[in-house]
Amino acid sequence: MAVDRFPIEASHIMMFARSVGDANPVYHDAEYAAKTEPGSIIAPPTFMQASAQFDPGYSLRPKIGQPWFGSGKEPTGVKKGSSSGGGGNQGTLHAEQHFEYHRHPRVGDVLTATVKPGKTWEKEGRRGGKLIFSETVTEYRDQHGELLVTARGVGVRTERPATQ
Amino acid sequence: MALKASELEVGMTHSATLVEDLKRTQLVQYAGASGDYNPLHTDDLYTREVAGYPSVFAHGMLTMGMTGAMLTDYVGDGRLTKFGVRFTAQVWPGDDLKAIATVQALREEAGVRLVDLAVSTRNQDDVEVLSGTATARVDP
Repeated sequence: MAVDRFPIEASHIMMFARSVGDANPVYHDAEYAAKTEPGSIIAPPTFMQASAQFDPGYSLRPKIGQPWFGSGKEPTGVKKGSSSGGGGNQGTLHAEQHFEYHRHPRVGDVLTATVKPGKTWEKEGRRGGKLIFSETVTEYRDQHGELLVTARGVGVRTERPATQ
Repeated sequence: MALKASELEVGMTHSATLVEDLKRTQLVQYAGASGDYNPLHTDDLYTREVAGYPSVFAHGMLTMGMTGAMLTDYVGDGRLTKFGVRFTAQVWPGDDLKAIATVQALREEAGVRLVDLAVSTRNQDDVEVLSGTATARVDP
């Protein structure tokens, strides 16, 4: 996801670390973090994913005044076959994620994220049905233009619900 | 805190329980923190009736995030240089997850000592839900 401004904030890191069950105080206690090797609160390894919060066009977040494909009165808020709005990239699942850390982001950094499309390829699913894979490479840079994290994600679009 | 190359050998392992009886509320918590509000992870009605799955299931990135905690507890804060995974099976509410890191290689690159790890996360039925690799800086 392309993001113009991704500020690395202490409360966001605290909430993110809680949500992944990570009790390490380096993610919530500034005094403790000051005495660790990084020297301050840093982002947990998968935190770059939360840059979605700062992507104005992110499709998996309900937007004010716009239709949303989750349930309300009906099981979905958008009509079947409707291609206009409603959010989501229905049928796409996350197949792979890779991070390369050049420097771990810390509180106070303000990142930008730029996206390069990668390869796409197809595979037959185990239970039949075509699987379409597509790759994106995202580069996260700090306020000085220094490359901090390179992220490579692979999404897979399935023609039917994936099963174990 | 950090690992020492002199104390590591290929084949050594570190494992941790990531979660027992994963709760739907944790999926909500992860959705809120990450910003990924895909209803597949929090909205059972949508997930069953529209998407055709038996129930909501965990974000792959939640499993990766929990596995990352096992890794950073092992290698130390700020020591990871690479972490990459494939999501190999879905994680459902009620699952127990355990992750294991296995030392694959010890090497030096541009004067930096590194450990390469194989990473695997499995559920209560021993089904692998995440498979990957990680690299971390280690002390001599």
